[in-house]
Amino acid sequence: MKLIKFLFTGVLFGIIMTKSEAISWFRIQEMFRFESFHMYGIIGVAVILGAAITALIKRFHTRNIEGGEIKFNPKDISVPRYLFGGIIFGLGWAMTGACPGPLFTLLGHGVLTILAVILSAILGTYVYGLLRSRLPH
Amino acid sequence: MNIIEFISQPWHWSVSGAMIALVMFLLLWFGGEFGVSGNLRTLCAIGGAGKNCSFFDFNWRGQLWNLTFVGGAVIGGFIASHYLQSTDPVNISESTRVYLESVGVHTPVTLEEGAGFVPEEVFALDNFFTVKSLIIIVIGGFLVGFGTRWAGGCTSGHAISGLANLQLPSLIAVIGFFIGGLLMTFFILPHILSM
Repeated sequence: MKLIKFLFTGVLFGIIMTKSEAISWFRIQEMFRFESFHMYGIIGVAVILGAAITALIKRFHTRNIEGGEIKFNPKDISVPRYLFGGIIFGLGWAMTGACPGPLFTLLGHGVLTILAVILSAILGTYVYGLLRSRLPH
Repeated sequence: MNIIEFISQPWHWSVSGAMIALVMFLLLWFGGEFGVSGNLRTLCAIGGAGKNCSFFDFNWRGQLWNLTFVGGAVIGGFIASHYLQSTDPVNISESTRVYLESVGVHTPVTLEEGAGFVPEEVFALDNFFTVKSLIIIVIGGFLVGFGTRWAGGCTSGHAISGLANLQLPSLIAVIGFFIGGLLMTFFILPHILSM
């Protein structure tokens, strides 16, 4: 029963991804061509409000529903993994027009070929795992 | 206008952004965090990838909350497409529409042509075995999975959660997203779409 709240949050997220049009391949093309403010507005507002939420949680040591303090794990400082990994993801994002959240949402829209994108993404993650020790991080 | 009709209109970007921040807060409050791509690693682990690769050898049951979350996103997509459909397709800018037409991708203008979420030329089942469709779906998907795990996150984990927590690594990752995205959009994708 602990999981049901995550299920409902996910349902809300799928509706948000749809009504925001962030799941639209056309919106992602438009974003990378800098021909509309739409996607920048969405991400910008989410980051600004998210930063306020994060700062307030840290300031007031807010506890989660289980009673533990909400913790943010600082990411290890390095450049190669974020830059190279980011570039690879960016190449894929502009092709498929969907990052992982929208991929799962589009599956709910009944776009069957998206299942092939998700399976390829799982394969990509698996191959990363195999090559991980040989890649710069 | 009833409540369903009200919600069914396309949302203003400020409303969408605020709702995403709400989702981030709910996940933190429930003891999780906002990061979708980690689920791809969890799915590898469930599939038994931990047997020959230590990166996938972890207790995936601890990530069930996140899998439940994306399962919910699938249901949310179903609900939105069936009960909260807008009266018009996604209304992108005229310049993008004209450009896409020039590389052979039609942007829907009526709902009969599509909702404007995915282009028929690439994602329709009938076109699946065309060269451009296979390249975009199979290679594109592979790059999404490989890149997000190498970078340690995607749009949700880096561009939203990471930037909101003022993490420099997330800023580097987002710069990477755009270097890759711009290279693909301006120099590579036009050739693939014209195939």
